[in-house]
Amino acid sequence: MHARADAADTVPNWPDDIFTTLQRFDVRQVPYVPDAGHSRLIRRVLDSSTMRGIALTTEEEGVALLAGAWAGGQRGVLLMQSSGVGNCINMLSLIPILRFPFLTLVTMRGEWGEFNPWQVPMGSTTQGVFELSGVQVLRAPHAAEVPAVLEAAASQAYNALTPTAVLLSQRLIGAKVFTK
Amino acid sequence: MSKANLLDRRQVVSTLLANRKDVVAIGGLGASTNDMCAAGDHARNFYLWGGMGGAAMIGLGLALAQPKLPVLVITGDGEMLMGMGSLATIGLQKPANLSIAVLDNEAYGETGGQTSHTSAAADLVGVAKACGIADSRAVTTMAEVEAFAKAVHDVSAGPRFANVKIDSASLERILPTRDGTYILNRIRGDLGFQPI
Repeated sequence: MHARADAADTVPNWPDDIFTTLQRFDVRQVPYVPDAGHSRLIRRVLDSSTMRGIALTTEEEGVALLAGAWAGGQRGVLLMQSSGVGNCINMLSLIPILRFPFLTLVTMRGEWGEFNPWQVPMGSTTQGVFELSGVQVLRAPHAAEVPAVLEAAASQAYNALTPTAVLLSQRLIGAKVFTK
Repeated sequence: MSKANLLDRRQVVSTLLANRKDVVAIGGLGASTNDMCAAGDHARNFYLWGGMGGAAMIGLGLALAQPKLPVLVITGDGEMLMGMGSLATIGLQKPANLSIAVLDNEAYGETGGQTSHTSAAADLVGVAKACGIADSRAVTTMAEVEAFAKAVHDVSAGPRFANVKIDSASLERILPTRDGTYILNRIRGDLGFQPI
């Protein structure tokens, strides 16, 4: 089951807020490894005429892709869930070496009512891994804060080349519900 | 051990880049990036000194951003094996202007010559084909290298993949610049992009 508890009964509109901000910043390439929390945003990207959604087999591919995109003059954003952050570690070294704009939006697992213990180790170290790798972390714990956090993240990533990760909390996206 | 009829890596790379025109070339970590430099430094050479497994994906990002430019990834069997999933990602996106040439010496030449998976079992041409890269070639002659070099300029018929069997000779290192920011911004400048 892919239902989520604690999410609002109505369709959340924070993914639409994210999409609008990315569009305004002229983001063109959107590599992703699917996550339920990103599903609405991924749908918006795949339906878009200006953005290209690029399904990856593993998250580190997305880091390298964004370096190539920037060499070719395009901005991108990497969508993944917290477990994918660990897969990226060595490839994150490209960011300070090449100095390209890096923005990633990470849906969190392993916090706020997590049912699956296997998600907890990586979820607990996600922020630390980013910070050790030179990526600044901003958190969006509530839907109302998403637009302002996204705006700040996109501004510093694209205008100041400050590598930035936005952690979208499990409270925001809702804990995954496992039913028999 | 060196077998007969295997190609010389430097000759292969200089043939791939001989009439490069507007080609942007990405050299995978290891001897491939040195071979590219040995063929002549160029503003559109993207030399990698790290990020093992990422060469093909850098090529994809560039190819999608610049669909009219031929983009050529030149890398080794070990580097390609580490990024094998990217062949599936490329097979899905099908960028018509992207070409990948793997210099396959069946060994990790930079780290002591340990045999790689292609020496006995892994078939990268089969992998590329099975990932949806229909034009995937097993290259064993210089005539086939020349044909591939020509095909690279056709930006409407890719993606294409070539696995080139080369000899395992360890050659004098011709080292390109290690300054990543310089390398990237030189390419951007040559493509007409301003600094931020």
